[in-house]
Amino acid sequence: MNETTNQPDEKKERIPAMQSLLDNPFLLLFIGVAMPTVFYLMWGIMEIVTIPVAP
Amino acid sequence: MAQFRTCPDTGLYFHKSAESLIKANAVVGAVFLLVAGILALLVTLTRWQAIHLLPADQFYMALTAHGIDALIFWIIFFEMAVLYVASSVLLRCRLATPYWGWVQFALMMVGSVMTNVAIFQGGSSVMMTSYVPMQAAPHFYLGLILFAVGALIGCFVFFGTLVVAKDEKTYEGSVPLVTFGAITAAIIAVFTIASGAIILVPTFLWSIGYISHIDAEMYRIIWWGLGHSSQQINVAAHVSIWYLIAGLVFGARPMSEKVSRAAFLLYIFFLQLASAHHILVDPGVSSEWKVFNTSYAMYLAVLASMIHGLTVPGSIEVAQRAKGLTNGMFEWLRKAPWDNPVFSGMFISLITFGFIGGITGVVMGTEQINLIIHNTIYVPAHFHATVVTGTTLAFMAITYFLIPVLFRRQMILPGLAKIQPYLFGGGMSILILFMLGAGTMGVSRRHWDMDFTGAALGFDYPGIAYTMMGIGAFGGVIGVLGGAAFLLVTVGSLLFGKKLEPSAGLLQSFGVPLAASCYSSTKPEILPMAPPLEHHDTTSFEAPGTFVLALLLLVSFVVYYFINWKYLASVWPLS
Ligand code: HEM
Ligand SMILES: [Cu+2]
Repeated sequence: MNETTNQPDEKKERIPAMQSLLDNPFLLLFIGVAMPTVFYLMWGIMEIVTIPVAP
Repeated sequence: MAQFRTCPDTGLYFHKSAESLIKANAVVGAVFLLVAGILALLVTLTRWQAIHLLPADQFYMALTAHGIDALIFWIIFFEMAVLYVASSVLLRCRLATPYWGWVQFALMMVGSVMTNVAIFQGGSSVMMTSYVPMQAAPHFYLGLILFAVGALIGCFVFFGTLVVAKDEKTYEGSVPLVTFGAITAAIIAVFTIASGAIILVPTFLWSIGYISHIDAEMYRIIWWGLGHSSQQINVAAHVSIWYLIAGLVFGARPMSEKVSRAAFLLYIFFLQLASAHHILVDPGVSSEWKVFNTSYAMYLAVLASMIHGLTVPGSIEVAQRAKGLTNGMFEWLRKAPWDNPVFSGMFISLITFGFIGGITGVVMGTEQINLIIHNTIYVPAHFHATVVTGTTLAFMAITYFLIPVLFRRQMILPGLAKIQPYLFGGGMSILILFMLGAGTMGVSRRHWDMDFTGAALGFDYPGIAYTMMGIGAFGGVIGVLGGAAFLLVTVGSLLFGKKLEPSAGLLQSFGVPLAASCYSSTKPEILPMAPPLEHHDTTSFEAPGTFVLALLLLVSFVVYYFINWKYLASVWPLS
């Protein structure tokens, strides 16, 4: 590739938002763990702990 | 100074420590596949009611060990190797902290052996799911916990390697698609292992008497965060391998990097929510929770799989057509290298995963239809299409590629290797299809005696159900032979294959490095970014044959879905 790497930022191609998300494994890790934790685990556990105890 | 080796045949770069870890993990994985295969034979021959091989207690012991050794130990050891390949080898980067890599390996070894000891001592035949209040011996759970900690460490070595590669600028642009798929697998693995820790640590404490009670429903929900998500690690891993093999065998390029990556992103967002499809018949959780997690979320994940199922053969078709195989719809496929087990294994994996595993999965993930097949032998039939002909066969296919490249041995018995994917895929497909049929008639899974001899509440299955279990088991025996053929070829090659590098020997198969002269400390060249794909004709779809295959899948799905609703209506008349 050509020597664009050392040049100031405005010369670089602008990176689309989607690509910067895909290029950030730790952000993806956060989302990938947070989604199921909230929607599956926490929601599911809340439903179970709120079942009334049989009298 | 990190030491690298260049494979003279393929030009792949291997970091010395990564190479050793890849070999060690893959070989141990294969040992567990062997154990699991032997147990599979015993289990299958017991479910064949005319043979009914094992007594009840041994059947449940063998079934517990089969599930755990195959699904957890074989697959996850191999996946560790896949993670190291996808990070260190594909990014041409040294492995971050090889020391922790060996901690991963050691913990997984200790854990897997410990759990096996517990099972074969006899007091832990609690099945792979180990539902409470059934209780196994403490070291059953402890082994699983150690194994999981090891796997988690492996994931972090993988993420660490990504950081090193970025810092040391070993690649241009974004990571390759295959590495991105492995990132997806590793992310899902972190959630998987976290769920496992949340539930198995208390269960372990309960087994040694520190905790008095574990709620059965709570266990099921959290356990399936582990049990289901771990299957999605497999999906992400074997889809990555499909892409890898398409590239290796055909020089195929993904039809659209954007679309394929977006599909992996859908996996990261939604795949794990589908864990709820295991809880569809459970009381205690609301329909809102079930429907949200299994419909809206799951269909987005299924959509992602359909995208991969379309783009992988599509990319092969485009590559083949570029080579001049343009006659008709399917010349590209007819003239594919069907006698190369790397390709045939991968393609059978793709077809069985999509047509059998995918369709049955969506059908039984529907809350209403789930009622008629829950806990029947239909369920193991479905997941043998996903994890056996899907994941395991994909892993076998890539192993054929890795034996000369990584282990520097030529493959022995090429004739057997040629037919192995057909033997394994064909035998297992018979097992799967007939167990699907038997399951539809209500035959239970995890059940030693279809006759209900002496049971207080018996049931008479129709004769055809017995026949189906028998034919299925016969297919299972062929499948086991196919698995044995794989191990014979691969292990035999490691022992007796012609040495492509004089220092390749038995010890090298377990991770001892090759002769020092193979390695040098010069850094590999930077991985260049691939040039953009040139489109000749953007007005029509470039892969018409694949499009026809996709339509076929859709039609099969719709027909089968409809049949199941009809069936539900007939077993559950409402008027
Ligand atoms: C080699 C050929 C194989 C054959 C013939 C085979 C056959 C079977 C059969 C008949 C069952 C028992 C069904 C029941 O009674 O509930 C079973 C269960 C199971 N198999 Fe396999 N299998 C094979 C390979 C594999 C592989 C490679 C994997 C994983 C990657 C696997 C994972 C499982 C699991 C997780 C279970 C469920 C255990 C449980 O219910 O707890 N099998 N298999
Ligand atoms: Cu599942």
